[in-house]
Amino acid sequence: MTAAVAEPGPTDAPLLRVRGLDKHFGPVQALYHVDLDLPSGKVTALCGDNGAGKSVLTKCIAGIYQPDHAEFLWEGHPAHIRSARDASRLGIETVYQDLALADNLDIVQNMFLGRERTSRGLLNEDSMERAAGETLASLRVTTVKSIRQPVASLSGGQRQSVAVAKAVMWNSKLVIMDEPTAALGVVQTKMVLDLIRRLRDRGLAVMVISHNLNDVFEVADRIAVMYLGRLVVQGDAATFDRQSVVEYMTTGAAGRPGGPRAKES
Amino acid sequence: MAGALPERAPDLTAAPEAIAAELPPEVVAQSLGEYVRAYTARIRAGESGVLPVIVAMVAIMVVFEAISPNHVFLSPVNLVNLFQQSAVIMVLAMAEGFALVIGEIDLSVGFVGALGAAITVQLVQPLTTNWPWWAAILAGLFACAVFGAIQGTLVTRLRLPSFIVTLAGFLIANGLFLKVLLLGPFSGYPNLAGQSINLQVVYYLMWGSIDPVISWIGAAVVVIGLGLFMWLGDARRRSSGLVAPPVSLTLVKIGLIAVIAIVVVGICNTNRANLGTLEGVPWVIPIVLAVLGAWTVLLQRTTYGRYVYAIGGNPEATRRAGVNLAVVRTVAFTLCSFTAGVGMLLYASLLGGMSNNVQGGQYVLYAVAAAVIGGTSLFGGRGKPLHGILGGLVIGGIYNGMYLQGLSVEWEYIVTGLVLLAAVIIDSVSRRGSSSGSITRV
Repeated sequence: MTAAVAEPGPTDAPLLRVRGLDKHFGPVQALYHVDLDLPSGKVTALCGDNGAGKSVLTKCIAGIYQPDHAEFLWEGHPAHIRSARDASRLGIETVYQDLALADNLDIVQNMFLGRERTSRGLLNEDSMERAAGETLASLRVTTVKSIRQPVASLSGGQRQSVAVAKAVMWNSKLVIMDEPTAALGVVQTKMVLDLIRRLRDRGLAVMVISHNLNDVFEVADRIAVMYLGRLVVQGDAATFDRQSVVEYMTTGAAGRPGGPRAKES
Repeated sequence: MAGALPERAPDLTAAPEAIAAELPPEVVAQSLGEYVRAYTARIRAGESGVLPVIVAMVAIMVVFEAISPNHVFLSPVNLVNLFQQSAVIMVLAMAEGFALVIGEIDLSVGFVGALGAAITVQLVQPLTTNWPWWAAILAGLFACAVFGAIQGTLVTRLRLPSFIVTLAGFLIANGLFLKVLLLGPFSGYPNLAGQSINLQVVYYLMWGSIDPVISWIGAAVVVIGLGLFMWLGDARRRSSGLVAPPVSLTLVKIGLIAVIAIVVVGICNTNRANLGTLEGVPWVIPIVLAVLGAWTVLLQRTTYGRYVYAIGGNPEATRRAGVNLAVVRTVAFTLCSFTAGVGMLLYASLLGGMSNNVQGGQYVLYAVAAAVIGGTSLFGGRGKPLHGILGGLVIGGIYNGMYLQGLSVEWEYIVTGLVLLAAVIIDSVSRRGSSSGSITRV
């Protein structure tokens, strides 16, 4: 964990640098001029109240939405993200809150959905099963009885693990996770947080969207807070405390006398 | 499975018994004993698989054999007859399977298939077009495929409900079918009687038999080929440490296939004629098996088949995985109508021609019923071509048994309806009992 924090050298430029991202839907301005850095080997938590624009920002990065204006620097070079395909070509994978797993398919089938390996026109099940098994083992997802069991028979944490494994399988460099612990119990939450740390230790950039400040402080290296469509603050997790994050989330500022918070309360 | 995931920690998050019950037995079992235990656990948990339909088939056999006059139900001549009658329903049920697995329904299979069959029967008539049999069959099936592609396009591109689109297709195909029948100098009854080779081939699809010796050789080739394929596949998976069934289970499965083949060929090779000789496996059996084999490979072993199941399970996830849903769905409707063409071509052969008595509407209901009785889910994501075969045998068995009893068609409808109801109840109850249904209904 400490090794990742003290990573100096020429790769100091963040993996993805977003500059001046604007997005509106009809008359509603959803995002104002958002600047965000997502460095490799770090977990960045994106916090914000409902409607702050977290999901829109995520979808712009994942290529689902087209920003009105934005500059993306991927590994220091200008990049265009116009579709989900562009994003996954760069190495950006998103784990949505609903996990996007087909219950009637087994773990291997889900992990390879849309990118099946074939030989002579037929599915190469053996090769896929081996690769899926290796990925799961490398993430130390070891609680599933068999990787040939249907996803319907998995627990919530296991499903989350499968969805994450599916995302990292494709040499992805940035994994975006939308509320990964929202529907989980204590034990399973711990399992998923461990998994997030393992992704970071592999050198991936991870962006976690979360409401849950316990999880944020447990796992995040960096914290970015959104308020009403603006990214109001981002920085090292050590420079925040629970109080300040909550203030940024609810008022867009922290501890400043005369700010919006003072007026409200 | 042990090889793939070495450090297995106890799973704190799920009750082990519940998990064991939900897993397919071949996934967890290391030996035959374990397989049987896992299977019984699954049945108790409501995941019955094909067991109900097997039980139903045995019950039908026992009951009708006991009550049929002179116990003719299980006589070779009647069993072959039964299979010929069921073949149409089986193929139509396999057709309907494409629509059901993607979570749609196709009500048009009966008349779309009849339209294709009528085109074929018209084209081979020596008095008019006199096309070669293969060209006539291809033309009929092509017409069905086009009809299916249009229906599929309407459902997927315009997002219309398949129920309505195929209901319209049902009526349109019915009308076109009657139009095609009236072509030529046949007063609406083009038939397959005659000396022309093209007429005879179409007639023999249902009524022709393969020489007994060749029947045995063919069956042996199929069993050995299938057995080798299963054995080598499982052995390779075992040796590379992947999830594989135990050796004994593979052997039992191969043995079962061999026994079925021997019984079927043995029955067919008994002389079925009152006078002279009529023996050998009817052509229709390899035809049905070819459809079964082709669609099983397509659905289980290709990316296309994988997407069909994925759409039935979670269309949104499939879309996000970069799959072109519209194409997969449209092709499914196309294959559905194409297969329906094969089914109704067999029907034309069974009738020895085509006429306006074809009950396309009733056959749709039988097709859906057979697929569901066999184990295909009405709610999408679950179903195999084999289910159509099993369900078709159940419906064909009831039909045949009641016919032998001299019971009128009213009773046949009532009993088939009750069986369908039982199948849907089993489908939805087993879904409620388990968590592995693809769609949980409230």
